[in-house]
Amino acid sequence: MSSLANGTDDIILSAKALTKRFAGFIAVNGVDLNVRRGSIHALIGPNGAGKTTCFNLLTKFLQPTSGAIRFNGRDITALAPAAITRLGIVRSFQISAVFPRLTVLENVRIALQRRRGDSFDFWRPQRVLSAYDEEALSRIEEVGLTPFANAAAGELPYGRKRALEIATTLALEPEMLLLDEPMAGMAQEDVARVSALIRRISANRTILMVEHNLSVVADLSDRITVLARGEVLAEGSYGEVSKDQRVVEAYIGAGHE
Amino acid sequence: MTSDTQTHYESAAEALPIGTPRHHVVIFGVLLAFLIVAPLVLYPVFLMKVLCFALFASALNLLLGFGGLLSFGHAAFFGSASYVSAHAAKVWGLTPELAILAGTAAAAVLGLVIGALAIRRQGIYFAMVTLAFAQMVFFFALQAPFTGGEDGIQAVPRGHLFGLLNLASDMTLYFVVVAIVFGGLLAIYRIIHSPFGQVLKAIRDNEPRAVSLGYKVNRYKLAVFVMSATLAGLAGATKALVFQLASLTDVYWTMSGEVVLMTLIGGMGTIFGPLVGATVIVAMQNYFAGLGAWVTILQGIIFVVSVLLFREGIVGVVARWIKKPL
Repeated sequence: MSSLANGTDDIILSAKALTKRFAGFIAVNGVDLNVRRGSIHALIGPNGAGKTTCFNLLTKFLQPTSGAIRFNGRDITALAPAAITRLGIVRSFQISAVFPRLTVLENVRIALQRRRGDSFDFWRPQRVLSAYDEEALSRIEEVGLTPFANAAAGELPYGRKRALEIATTLALEPEMLLLDEPMAGMAQEDVARVSALIRRISANRTILMVEHNLSVVADLSDRITVLARGEVLAEGSYGEVSKDQRVVEAYIGAGHE
Repeated sequence: MTSDTQTHYESAAEALPIGTPRHHVVIFGVLLAFLIVAPLVLYPVFLMKVLCFALFASALNLLLGFGGLLSFGHAAFFGSASYVSAHAAKVWGLTPELAILAGTAAAAVLGLVIGALAIRRQGIYFAMVTLAFAQMVFFFALQAPFTGGEDGIQAVPRGHLFGLLNLASDMTLYFVVVAIVFGGLLAIYRIIHSPFGQVLKAIRDNEPRAVSLGYKVNRYKLAVFVMSATLAGLAGATKALVFQLASLTDVYWTMSGEVVLMTLIGGMGTIFGPLVGATVIVAMQNYFAGLGAWVTILQGIIFVVSVLLFREGIVGVVARWIKKPL
């Protein structure tokens, strides 16, 4: 409520009246969302609340039926997914998104390679890419994957794949990260590790994440938007939304925690 | 534990993929040496057939094994290039290098048209779209006035290379074909190991992720499709001069199936697999020709066995044994 009233807030990503209609039902219905620059913003809600659809709309993997999305004041509603990455918004995926047959080093290098623009130079040896090796290795070291630099990414255990995914994403130096259930399917010790990693990378960045794990949400996020049946139910800090009677009914009362 | 990590790190730094792996250089060298002495013991026309199909299968493998796109219509490019180069050499009287160039260019243009439409679909739908287009090309080849219908274009003159070197002798032509095919294989090797090839493999492995990293994947897919079509065309155009014939067999859907078979048996996504696959299939067709229709059944059995027992193909299995990419 306060974010709309307070005009001085620096909003990096905003959605106005975002709606997605599928044949027969409305998955997302008139959602307004404002993400403040530099914050960690979480999108939560019970199953079927439209979180994932909303997330896919914001990352442009789905086209909204109506509504507008602005990033840094620029209307990005009509842009393609690859185009918004170029503007500085990078998403992660629920299923860990690595390139399984490439090595860990090559995975990170694919992201760094973006800096040369489009790589259509099929006549050059890939040796020209070794210019990125040093930086790729330091990104890999950041997430503790150095011993696996030359292993095929597909052979890594799950938690390490997520770490690799984060290293790859960070190599793009995005202004904003959209994380789709970063803790999904993760063992407890991995949750703590990735949680710390997210906190560390949130410096100088904005993060919007969809997450089920409420303790992670409580621990990490500055602001939370609760969705239910495709609409915004409440918004505020964890303390605020967790006391909201409607949220308790729709979400916590529904058997979570 | 720390020292263990340390050694890993050192070996990681050592094994950074800089330059061409030595065993690949050795294999290419041995292959070239073999090709130079092979006509002393083997029939050159048979070798040329193997070489043309090796290039054809490698072109398909570039698309299938490294781009993740299964085309079931590659005969369209192989066959149309074969027709165009045969026509260019016979009717227009072009020198062989220009005839081959004309056929290859025709395949490239056709690849651009078919590719631009086919890459809009994925998986099995992509395969079906390519098959549908290939059937259209087949129908065109059957009906068009210049293709000779059921007869094809026969008695294509091999001519003089650059107007100088008479290719009528099988032995002379053989070394020209070795140069073309070996050049084509090296080109494919380079494409796979280029910055473009890296992005291509990333798209093959995980397309949505490649999109999310900012790559316009459809342009890469179209580019590799055209490259693959062009190289398949080069193989078809060369074949037309070797056999002095362009026929409906070259554009028929069974040809598309055969080249997929060669690639799978040899090992898709490997560098040398298609060569091995093409050799196996062509050798079988040649040496078991006396068995008649049984060759097809034998091919079927080999295919079933290879799919059941070694899905990575012959070279894929060897690569796993020696733990080195081939």
